[in-house]
Amino acid sequence: MDWYSIIAQGCLIGGLYALFAVGLSLIFGIMRLVNIAHGDLITLSAFLALIAAEVLGLYPLATLIIVVPVMFALGYGLQRGVLNRTLGESILPPLLVTFGMSIVIQNVLLELFGADTHRLVVGTLETASLTLPGGVAIGVFPLIIFLVAVAVIGGLQLMFYRTDIGRAFRATSDDSVTVELMGADNRHLYGLAMAIALAVTGCAGVFLAVRTNFDPSIGPSRLIYAFEAIIIGGLGNLWGTLAGAVILGIAQSIGAAIKPDFQILAGHIAFLLVLAVRPNGLFPRMRD
Amino acid sequence: MSLLETHALKAFYGDFQALFDVDFHVEAGETVAIIGANGAGKSTFLRAVAGVLKSAPDMVLYDGRPIGGLPAHDIVRAGIAMVPEGRMLFPSLTVEENLRMGGYGGRSGRWNLNAIYELFPVLGERRHVAAPDLSGGQQQMAAIGRALMSNPRLLLCDELSLGLAPIVIRDIYARLSDIANDGTTLIIVEQDINQALAAADRFYCLQEGRVSLTGPAAGYDRDAVTAAYFGV
Amino acid sequence: MTGPSPTAAPEASFRVERGTRASRIFMASGAVAIVVLATLPYWSDSGTTRLVAEMAYYLALAQFWNLLAGYAGLVSVGQQAFVGLGGYALFVLCSAYGFHPYLGILAAGVFAALMSLPIAFFVFRLRGAHFAVGTWVVAEACQLTVAQFSALGAGSGYSLTPAIVRTIAPDRAGRDMIFYWASLGIAVAALALVYLLLRSRVGLALTAIRDSEPASRSIGVDAFRAKLMTFVIVAFCTGLTGGLIFLQKLRVSPQAGFSLQDWTVVVIFMVVIGGIGTIEGPIIGMIIYFVLRELLADYGTWYLIVMGLVAVVFMLYAREGIWGWVAGRFHLYLFPVGRRFVRLDGAPASQRDSGPNRA
Repeated sequence: MDWYSIIAQGCLIGGLYALFAVGLSLIFGIMRLVNIAHGDLITLSAFLALIAAEVLGLYPLATLIIVVPVMFALGYGLQRGVLNRTLGESILPPLLVTFGMSIVIQNVLLELFGADTHRLVVGTLETASLTLPGGVAIGVFPLIIFLVAVAVIGGLQLMFYRTDIGRAFRATSDDSVTVELMGADNRHLYGLAMAIALAVTGCAGVFLAVRTNFDPSIGPSRLIYAFEAIIIGGLGNLWGTLAGAVILGIAQSIGAAIKPDFQILAGHIAFLLVLAVRPNGLFPRMRD
Repeated sequence: MSLLETHALKAFYGDFQALFDVDFHVEAGETVAIIGANGAGKSTFLRAVAGVLKSAPDMVLYDGRPIGGLPAHDIVRAGIAMVPEGRMLFPSLTVEENLRMGGYGGRSGRWNLNAIYELFPVLGERRHVAAPDLSGGQQQMAAIGRALMSNPRLLLCDELSLGLAPIVIRDIYARLSDIANDGTTLIIVEQDINQALAAADRFYCLQEGRVSLTGPAAGYDRDAVTAAYFGV
Repeated sequence: MTGPSPTAAPEASFRVERGTRASRIFMASGAVAIVVLATLPYWSDSGTTRLVAEMAYYLALAQFWNLLAGYAGLVSVGQQAFVGLGGYALFVLCSAYGFHPYLGILAAGVFAALMSLPIAFFVFRLRGAHFAVGTWVVAEACQLTVAQFSALGAGSGYSLTPAIVRTIAPDRAGRDMIFYWASLGIAVAALALVYLLLRSRVGLALTAIRDSEPASRSIGVDAFRAKLMTFVIVAFCTGLTGGLIFLQKLRVSPQAGFSLQDWTVVVIFMVVIGGIGTIEGPIIGMIIYFVLRELLADYGTWYLIVMGLVAVVFMLYAREGIWGWVAGRFHLYLFPVGRRFVRLDGAPASQRDSGPNRA
């Protein structure tokens, strides 16, 4: 087994998983909501990118210009129109509403696009590779995704720690009642948080659309990868989420090297191991 | 016209009624104390005024305008700020970040970071310390500072002395009188009668959700207050 | 409410009652209905018999999920793990170890219960919505693990041999009747189990935990043990039902055995629409699901879309579900699991109802 190659590939897959996970992590951190429809929203973004590419003839990565703002607006509307009503003491309403949403999105996409797989083609960028010191060849596109993930997380951290709105998000996460006493409207803050989370999710969807074949049914497994990355990495810490995503990616990469259809199961095993040994994740910054 | 008035104010926690027909008023520039035993409804009253608890619109009038039922964030932006019971500083934020949060509502006035640090120098020294790492007295100062950052016309103070040493309490009340002298209207809720009545112009005593006594703070009748406090 | 005035002589003025008039009527008519249903295979066609059997085992699954989520507060999105494990256990025990199918079904339940212990070890480390997704991950892991073994038919699964199938009954019609009665039996047993469990100490503990976990802990209720016990019992029941379901289908595969859609999405829909945290709710939810499915049968996946939207709308505007609304409005309890004070002088004891019947 070529360990360097396996780990390098795993890291890079981790970049895509981190993009999947950031939105989910953000929402849980700020409003303690686990969005079961998260994976399906990634899928929705991928299909939006598909439409933008085919109808408007856009170069695949350029679809970001359409998809990200659309998902931003969708996030704000969804939160203020539907999800804000579910927040409260009981975990059932947000869970079941997002669960219902997941079913609806999957099946609407199925009705609209059928069960065929699609992919956005970027030409030479897809197969371009570069050679790291040590002789390992890695894909340029996966590297780009990884760097985008790092940039997105870096940008979000900057927002959280250097801006008024970021401070308001952190305060809401601590105590949403007292935040109102500061003159901040909770409902609007939650709407913005979801908008940002879905904007990142939109970005993830576009990169997914290029990286892999996608169809309406892949949502749930994306949710699971995102979830595993967050739990492995630890709650309340975006860099931890990146670390968790990379570890998941490496575990899957090792699994795939052993036997191709062992890949996903290897990821689950890594998740369960971390859960058994460190229930709060490897780099937690928040108690659940 | 009083700065703040309540008329037959009722407040509920679910099915449980905590306030029964409370009539209250405070004039601009006054300091009014609300005293009473645990569970008498003092904090509930402040929460109703601040908009944390819902009430009917006409039950609370601010500058003559009905504000009952308005969400808390609108009430803060109108100029009523609360120092909540238990301080309620944001634990993930530093002192300075907590103070900045206080200014989120965007009201202008004489209070800004520097002014707060002048009032409470120790906060300036510890501005980058995480809120939970402050002592009790420092946390209380930070909570007051945070409320002041919204440049309120009316400041609601809920049990400032809770859990603090007497010398710290005296210090805080000394600053409070500076704030009052500045023209800010204060409503102070306290279980400690002496401190509250020493700082106030007038007082109300609550007992089981009703006003049991009200009058000027100077020269108050000890026996009357004791009777009103305990309901005997 | 204040007590009798201090000057009056104390009286034994209350009696504790469990049943209501409505519940007694319901129980009696329910017993009649079960007897009538039992005779169904004799006077109806095989299609209807199979449909009612499906309704029966879905009712059972819904009751079990409701016990776990509505009463024990453990919202699991991974119960399909136990359905699949039960199904596979049955097939393995019958094919490789020569178990008689009936014994196999029971053993499938036991196997699922045993597996629930290590599963609980992992998922109980998570709280709330994370617990839910965690159970889903475990179910996925079970599906993938099973698919690794070629002895189990790997990805395409395997079928029961005709010889085993014939030990149930020699012909198709006979088998259909047996499956029908078994499904009906499981549904009745599920109702009985949940009803009796909730009337017992465990049930009281669960209701206390559901209302307030810290408060219940302070009076000595062991929340962890009560929840774990419920989890294992539900795993046993779900695994047993899974065994029966796949015995009926004669074939199991990872996709079918561990299908989120078939064993969790539909079940959750039934419980949510009907009324979570009530025994009557899943009955109504099950009926509504089947009506919806029949009505929209020609429109492909539209029935799922409608189902999802209805579930969302209910969770936003009618959290207590259909039965929860009816029970709240008319104070109707057909399965009385609470206790009421009845004053011997006939006056009403209190304004509000309390107890486990309240969702």
